[in-house]
Amino acid sequence: MSTAPPPIRPVDVDVAGQREAPPRAGDEDVRKGGWLVRITVIVIVVLWMVPTLGVLVTSFRREAVVDTSGWWEALAHLFDSSEWTLENYRLALDTGGFENAFLNSLAVTIPATVIPIAIAAFAAYAFSWMDFRGRYVMFVAVVGLLVVPLQMALIPILRLYTGGASIGGATIFPDLDLNGTYLGIWLAHTAFGLPLAVYLLRNYIGALPSSIIESARIDGADHFTIFWRLIVPLSVPALAAFAIFQFLWVWNDLLVAYIFLGGGRETRVLTIALQSLVGSRGENWHLLTSAAFISMALPLVVFFSLQRYFVRGLTAGAVKG
Amino acid sequence: MTTTVEKPPAEPEPSPKPLRVAEREHPLTRVVAVPLMRIVSAVVIPIAGFVLLYLTFDAMRDFDRFVLVGAAIVVGVGGIFLLYWAANWTVDVLPERYREDVRPYVFVGPALVILAVFLIYPVINTIIISFGDRQGDGFVGLDNYEFVFTDESMRRSIRNTFGWILIVPVVATSIGLAFATLADRLRRGEAVAKSLIFLPMAISFVGAAVTWRLIYSFRPEGFGTQIGLLNGIKQGLGMSPTPWLQETPWNNLMLMVIMIWMQVGFAMVVLSAAIKSIPDEIIEAARIDGASELQVFRRIVVPSIAPTIAVVATYMIINAMKVFDIVFVIGGAETNETEVIAERMIRWFFLSNHDGRGAAIAVILFVAVIPVMFWNVRRFREQEAIR
Repeated sequence: MSTAPPPIRPVDVDVAGQREAPPRAGDEDVRKGGWLVRITVIVIVVLWMVPTLGVLVTSFRREAVVDTSGWWEALAHLFDSSEWTLENYRLALDTGGFENAFLNSLAVTIPATVIPIAIAAFAAYAFSWMDFRGRYVMFVAVVGLLVVPLQMALIPILRLYTGGASIGGATIFPDLDLNGTYLGIWLAHTAFGLPLAVYLLRNYIGALPSSIIESARIDGADHFTIFWRLIVPLSVPALAAFAIFQFLWVWNDLLVAYIFLGGGRETRVLTIALQSLVGSRGENWHLLTSAAFISMALPLVVFFSLQRYFVRGLTAGAVKG
Repeated sequence: MTTTVEKPPAEPEPSPKPLRVAEREHPLTRVVAVPLMRIVSAVVIPIAGFVLLYLTFDAMRDFDRFVLVGAAIVVGVGGIFLLYWAANWTVDVLPERYREDVRPYVFVGPALVILAVFLIYPVINTIIISFGDRQGDGFVGLDNYEFVFTDESMRRSIRNTFGWILIVPVVATSIGLAFATLADRLRRGEAVAKSLIFLPMAISFVGAAVTWRLIYSFRPEGFGTQIGLLNGIKQGLGMSPTPWLQETPWNNLMLMVIMIWMQVGFAMVVLSAAIKSIPDEIIEAARIDGASELQVFRRIVVPSIAPTIAVVATYMIINAMKVFDIVFVIGGAETNETEVIAERMIRWFFLSNHDGRGAAIAVILFVAVIPVMFWNVRRFREQEAIR
């Protein structure tokens, strides 16, 4: 077992455990536990589920009952229609502005996921299969950048966005008023996601068998053709892993959105909308829980449908700052 | 290292043809021209890409969000790909002797330029600003750092962050390890059990904070039924409710629980993979020699996966160091004395518009991760040596 962060390699290891070796004879005696193990596992799982369950149940209860009884009491009235409603969701989406926020989240997240992949893939290819001086040093620098706290980048980037930058009167970064625009936040997320993307893709692309690349070269293919025709199709698992990781990261991000996009009702994303709802109507639980669930819905769908890739992106992201 | 590719066979090593060219070449041309071409090829794609995106959006400012997003995807992927293609094509037009010297920079340059502008430059700039005043301009020496280490609330935030760094990784890794060990011994349902533990990892800190506010919800006695689970239980047992999020210093622990809840899944997944890679023979042999389950766990399992435990713990330490959302969303950090460093940074930089102080606080965080940075790099180099 090499030390983690388990880089994604073409020979993939599924960490969720579905692909472990088939049990062998005698395996049972050594590794399998009895009812005590089973009960402990169930207890922990239930404990872990309770908070999410509470939000889910509360979000479907009527305002009046939410306010006067605990959500667990509703479980005794599962089939009592006076208990349940969809009104909370309508309220949150409509008057609460969460429909708009949901769309904003999509508008921020999709490009902020796609753009870094394109740039990182080219760089990862060069780091793996092109020969140039300083290649190793540059890549080590990227590894170093993985853990730089975002906080270090916020003030200067905000200044670039609102005033540009100049050295001795010469403008080197024009004042483009990028603050509060989609473009501004896409660029920020692109840059923040790049170190991980380059690192992850380089580990994968670099581990592809050199024979296929060499034979392509002998056939006369140049770097660009090899990259586009050979490397990109072969790297789909790694590209997907990063895409999902970055998607969830951007979707769930509060800090970057808060600084670069702000809390205006028109432009705000889901996390911001939810945070401001806590501030203004922190005790309106019927509204808060449905809003919270709206913000969790997409990540949960992504999580359940693409779990394998997500786990791989996440474990590779162990070193991200 | 297997990744190194021989110099492309297509490229002529000192062959007869370049000889004639070399005669014409002024010695300075190579020294000046090659680096220049490299810089140009690294810079041109990011700048052109940016201009392309910017002009697209300038032209489309009033369009619908989805037209914008569609354009962003088309320009952001198609446009960027075309730029790389064009740059690569330009390299092909160069005199042959320069091509393979310049080409790598077309591929790797844009990423490096973006990192330089958005990460390396900001790091340096933040350090400079941290010696400046409210606007970050006038030089104030170490005043901001003095503030960081003397202000009551700042000092509390440093103390609290230490608490987060100590408690969250230890507890989350322990639970994760315990659960991974137990789940490994299930006959059925291992994948399902793991998914459910892992699920909180997919939601945002904001969502998690709201989720747990519901658990901790408190109403003073006589102000209605307790709707928070914990106080509901206390009420059911005939005890008086506790304001979980207001009682210093325990409220810090309550907030840490949220992060632990979210991160156990990560520890569990990574550690579980490590446990599975321990050969059965070793465990079997130990059992035959009469080792108890606990002994096997302590003497064989834990030492075998120690490197992985170190990585998981480091990841969590970094996350705990930068925790912001949870404290920020739960709110009332100052009244409840739950401040943490990253939350103070936003407080001073963004809400109080004091760039100098905000920067100084960020620098504290940065200095704290420098050892991890070196550790990461060292581990990477060791891995490369093995490959």
